Amino acid sequence: LNRAYRNGAFCCFWSLVLFKYKFGAEFRRFSLERLKPGKFEEFYGLLQHVHKIPNVEVLVGYIDIHGDLLPINNDDNYHKAVSTANPLLRVFIQRKEDADYSAFGTVTMTRKKNVLSNVLRPDNHRKKPHVVISMPRDFRPVSSIIDVDILPETHRRVRLYKYGTDKPLGFYIRDGSSVRVTPHGLEKVPGIFISRLVPGGLAQSTGLLAVNDEVLEVNGIEVSGKSLDQVTDMMIANSRNLIITVRPANQRNNIVRHSRTSGSSGQSTDTSLPGYTPHIVQNFHPEEDDDDSDEDDIIIEDNGEPQQIPKAVPTSESLESLTHIELVHESTQNGFIPSSEVNLHHSAGNINMEYEIQDPGKKSLEDGTIITL
Amino acid sequence: MRRFLRPGHDPVRERLKRDLFQFNKTVEHGFPHQPSALGYSPFLHLMAIGTRSGAIKLYGAPGVEFMGLHEENNTVMQIHFIPGQCQLVTLLDDNSLHLWSLKQRSGASELLEEQRFTLRGPPGSPPSATQITVVLPHSSREVLYLGTESGSIFVVELPSFRVLEDRTITSEAVLQRVPEEYRNRRSFELIEALQEHPRNPDQILIGYSRGLIALWDLHNNRVSHHFLGNQQLENLFWQKDGRQIISCHYDGSYAQWPVSNENRQPEPLESKVPYGPFPCKAISKIYWQTTKNGLPYIIFQGGMPRASYGDRHSISVIHGSQQTAFDFTSRVIDFFVICNADATAEYDDPSAMVVLAEEELVVIDLKSAGWPAVHPPYLASLHCSAITCSHHVSNIPLKLWERVISAGSKQNSHYSNMAWPIDGGTNLAPDPPQRDLLLTGHEDGTVRFWDASGVCLRLLYKLSTVRVFLTDADPNDNMNALGEDEWPPLRKVGSFDPYSDDPRLGIQKIYLCKYSGYLTVAGTAGQVLVMELNDEESEHVVNHSEADLLQDQEGYKWKGHERLKARDEPVRFEPGFQPFVLIQCQPPAVVTSLALHSEWKLVAFGTSHGFGLFDHQQKRLVFVKCTLHPSDQLALEGPLSRVKSLKKSLRQSFRRMRRSRVSSRKRRAGGGNTTEVQEANSRFDQVALQEMELAPIQRKIEARSAEDSFTGFVRTLYFADTFLRDSTRHCPSLWAGTNGGTVYAFCLRVPPAERRMDELVRAEQAKEIQLMHRAPIVGILVLDGRGTPLPEPLEVAHDLSKSPDMQGSHQLLVVSEEQFKVFTLPKVSSKLKLKLTALEGCRVRKVTVANFGSCKTNEYSENDLAILTNLGDVQIISLPFLKLQIRYPCIRKEDVSGIASCVFTKYGQGFYLISPSEFERFSLSTKWLVEPRCVVDTSEVAGNNYLHNKSGMEKTTRKFRDSARSSGEPGEDERKSARLMEHALLNDEKVLKEIQSTLEGGRGSYGERNSRRIHVGHGLSNGGAE
Repeated sequence: LNRAYRNGAFCCFWSLVLFKYKFGAEFRRFSLERLKPGKFEEFYGLLQHVHKIPNVEVLVGYIDIHGDLLPINNDDNYHKAVSTANPLLRVFIQRKEDADYSAFGTVTMTRKKNVLSNVLRPDNHRKKPHVVISMPRDFRPVSSIIDVDILPETHRRVRLYKYGTDKPLGFYIRDGSSVRVTPHGLEKVPGIFISRLVPGGLAQSTGLLAVNDEVLEVNGIEVSGKSLDQVTDMMIANSRNLIITVRPANQRNNIVRHSRTSGSSGQSTDTSLPGYTPHIVQNFHPEEDDDDSDEDDIIIEDNGEPQQIPKAVPTSESLESLTHIELVHESTQNGFIPSSEVNLHHSAGNINMEYEIQDPGKKSLEDGTIITL
Repeated sequence: MRRFLRPGHDPVRERLKRDLFQFNKTVEHGFPHQPSALGYSPFLHLMAIGTRSGAIKLYGAPGVEFMGLHEENNTVMQIHFIPGQCQLVTLLDDNSLHLWSLKQRSGASELLEEQRFTLRGPPGSPPSATQITVVLPHSSREVLYLGTESGSIFVVELPSFRVLEDRTITSEAVLQRVPEEYRNRRSFELIEALQEHPRNPDQILIGYSRGLIALWDLHNNRVSHHFLGNQQLENLFWQKDGRQIISCHYDGSYAQWPVSNENRQPEPLESKVPYGPFPCKAISKIYWQTTKNGLPYIIFQGGMPRASYGDRHSISVIHGSQQTAFDFTSRVIDFFVICNADATAEYDDPSAMVVLAEEELVVIDLKSAGWPAVHPPYLASLHCSAITCSHHVSNIPLKLWERVISAGSKQNSHYSNMAWPIDGGTNLAPDPPQRDLLLTGHEDGTVRFWDASGVCLRLLYKLSTVRVFLTDADPNDNMNALGEDEWPPLRKVGSFDPYSDDPRLGIQKIYLCKYSGYLTVAGTAGQVLVMELNDEESEHVVNHSEADLLQDQEGYKWKGHERLKARDEPVRFEPGFQPFVLIQCQPPAVVTSLALHSEWKLVAFGTSHGFGLFDHQQKRLVFVKCTLHPSDQLALEGPLSRVKSLKKSLRQSFRRMRRSRVSSRKRRAGGGNTTEVQEANSRFDQVALQEMELAPIQRKIEARSAEDSFTGFVRTLYFADTFLRDSTRHCPSLWAGTNGGTVYAFCLRVPPAERRMDELVRAEQAKEIQLMHRAPIVGILVLDGRGTPLPEPLEVAHDLSKSPDMQGSHQLLVVSEEQFKVFTLPKVSSKLKLKLTALEGCRVRKVTVANFGSCKTNEYSENDLAILTNLGDVQIISLPFLKLQIRYPCIRKEDVSGIASCVFTKYGQGFYLISPSEFERFSLSTKWLVEPRCVVDTSEVAGNNYLHNKSGMEKTTRKFRDSARSSGEPGEDERKSARLMEHALLNDEKVLKEIQSTLEGGRGSYGERNSRRIHVGHGLSNGGAE
């Protein structure tokens, strides 16, 4: 119990610039300018300074309006946290190695009262088998909506991350026809549609795909003019990192643009579809699509242990030979989305769902990703 | 990635691509699918075949081929050449007439459709009024006589197809002077036959279906003779002198009628039922050919006794006391007799009979004793037994070529030595640049060796693996057995025999080493045979071993076919490829991959269960590797169990549906009468069917997993001498790729040649690569330090390839159905890749390394990958950088069997089956192009017509000499003539030797040959014009 107290910290946030905090056994309180909260890095440094723990890795969390303990680990959720302070923001600080991850991501209102005790007396809960969820920055995304800024509002580009999960992708496609507006009036054209979602499958659990959604693109390649079998092959070939652009059959849930509303989690009312997983909003450019399967190819040498096949380090000789043909575009990405591109978002509803488009941060700017808000 | 694929970055490369690649479908080999009509021009010496799909193909001397296609794709019913012209008329089943011409353009002839025409009657007349039954092109070349169902004969002008209405011959006009009581019996009659008088163009003979024959005088526009036949008429023939008419009838009889000015309504001289007295089938066509010695050749189709031989497809030839009924393997479409073409000659003197049957072309030599068949130089029936696989070997060394031909010539001894009688036109195509073999594996356990060097795909040698096994079939079943005192005197001719005695004998994989003459073939029941070429007959026991691919895997039960029983006693093998090793896989699943290394004397084979390596020098199994995934139960159950179960479950669900509906219906109807229930049933079934059709096809989207079925299926095997373990020492290695995206690499230790028999070959698994996209591996290749694919075994030893660069680092190229990946060796790290399926949605079906030479310069050539996708596209991908160069649509994506049958050559050509009996040849190369180029010259033909007794070969040789002289290249003529002789006399061993010596002397570089070919082409066209 003592240890828990030592590691737990409790902070308060006043309407102006006041934070209350505790590290070890103490509470501290200090304030910040609400309108100018600064960067997460600065905030983190401030916390470390205040607690005099400059070299200790800590996890920072806050209690949102539902009473859920949510992480603060980047500029955006930091800003979010600051904006939801009403007027006080309670901030928890845990030493990283002792962190109780189970306390995070407790979404339900019923657990509101338990949050504090969770953190303060985690032993009670450690007895129970917990679903261990890694820290937000280590979360493995399973699906995301991407490119909202460049797609027409009627379309949705969904990325399904198959790797690492045993969950089947779990959907079926069929031939069909859709009506297009052309200069010659309405025209019926053949199209590919989602015909079935397997209960419990990845596709269904994301809630981003539905039966009768028309499939327009697979990993940036248009499907028009392609046969059902061709599209099937393309999807299966891309199954480890599948990006489907659909025209949803239900057009009422479309993204409302230019309405960057904060506190969307407060508006999420419909939780009728259980098991929703976080959606990541991020930009996707097919040309920059990199493939994860390379790293996944496995080599067993001399009946030894299976190892992932590494990327060849181009020798000077091969570099020379390659220079005139453009190198294959491979990014350094190893299957995880760099955290600065990831904005975890605990909005789970599918009615009036609103998506925040996040400041891409330094790294993605360097990647040349252009965000238009 | 897409940026990477985008073409057009490098103008130099783009230009080079134009010099290297081009796509052409060049020629169709084999026998036309579903032939429906036959025509022959005694003037041009050209034969025409029409098909049910509307194609028309003309054949003359070997290499002279033309093809045309009717837009309508309707069945070609009749083909008639216009006498003395390079023109022909076709009649389609939609009653349209088409005029085709052979036109010369830039030195070569082309077959072009000129006119089309549909005969129209007056408004309101029944369609039968203008339904054409017979076409007679008049010798005046100006008009066509069209006999119709209504009995009227219309006359149309050529080439305009203008109907000359005033010249129409109505049945009323013909019947005018017919006796009343005869006329009354026959009201409606269609025209069955029209014949022009052989000497007097003013007289035509009209045969009506009910038996009336009338001789019409065109000059006076009236009937001059009536022949009152009583039997339903099938056809007519006019003897050469015009003094007698032969009619053949539905009841199997034929009658001779005298034609003289004395009797205008004669009785038949003789009426005969050749295969009587019991009822016979119709004689549908008859020839009566006169000879010098006075004994005519009577040749007729059909007429067999209805009850006992009514199912035979026969043509009978009677010459004096000789009578043979040739019994064909399939329905006879039509036939013609080649005789002295000189119209002024006194006798017909028939030399050959050409029979077009539904599945093959048979030519009978009527000059030689015993009337042997002539070996056709083209139109080979590829599908004598269904083709199960093919293998192409380019650039065969002369020695092997020679030996294969000599082995084949011993098999072909029963053929006639007659020169090919259809010898019209002149072949202008250049020499085949090299000797190529196409090997086809067949369902009956045979392998056929085809000369695929040129335009004519010709059977060289046939190898049968049946003798190695104990089967129910009697190997001594002689097709040509002639029973004594048998009537009718039937004689089987032709080679079409689609019925396999035992499907397990089917050949699935073939690999021929052209340097060593080792051949290995593998079949449906897990049998692998290693053979070597022996010029002598031999009797020996085939070494037999078993490869248990399941090893210690327990609890599996094979539910497929049993393995074949091998013969234990010595077997006699004829000269040619003789098996000396038989390996039988256990379980006896179909062999799915095969590789042979003739230098190391090793053969590797794989099935759905695993793969093995066999040392055929020591006759010892080196190792086996089971590739089965523990959960892959389906792979063990045999090849058909899944299909069966699907069918079964469908059937059951249908039954269930019907039963439930019946019962509900019964309840409601209270046990109504049975017909009502049945009616309802059928209605419900229909509804159920409709529902099934309406339910859209769904496709499951799911990542492949290791547990998917048939992941252990070994798709590809590859031998390579490369750096498998360390970068300083290279060693022999065996690579295997499976359906589940796994690559196994084995390090081999092959003892040096001097101790090859003393030490054992050892193998050790060195690497296993699992591609996470788990697509089937269709190709494995090692690239040397220069990025060039490793040469074939013995290629370097025979000085035909540069030795590979063993200094630089080697690379491994793995081609799966979805991606191309390059890894470094010996440390496996990924270097390059090209994703195909992810970007285009197509999958690799076939892949080969092909060498492409530039058409501009002889110095430049490069190796690329030629691939065929499941959409039927052909793509070329560069090596070693995996850049897509070019893509051509080649095969319709629905044509699954065509895609499955495709085989690439090493020089950028390919073959695929367009029907069970035809290979389409295509070329991706600008340099290697085998296509027909030929000319048919009327003036020349007319001049040569009288010289017809000279052999056609002589004629063409002379022509070639002339042209070679005009092109100003001395020394060319020998080679040209040699090539021709090669075509004409491949059977003759003595000539063979000569050919070989000339060919050996004349082997120049391909480029040289190529440039020269262009010269010759021009020279020839000039020569033709002079």
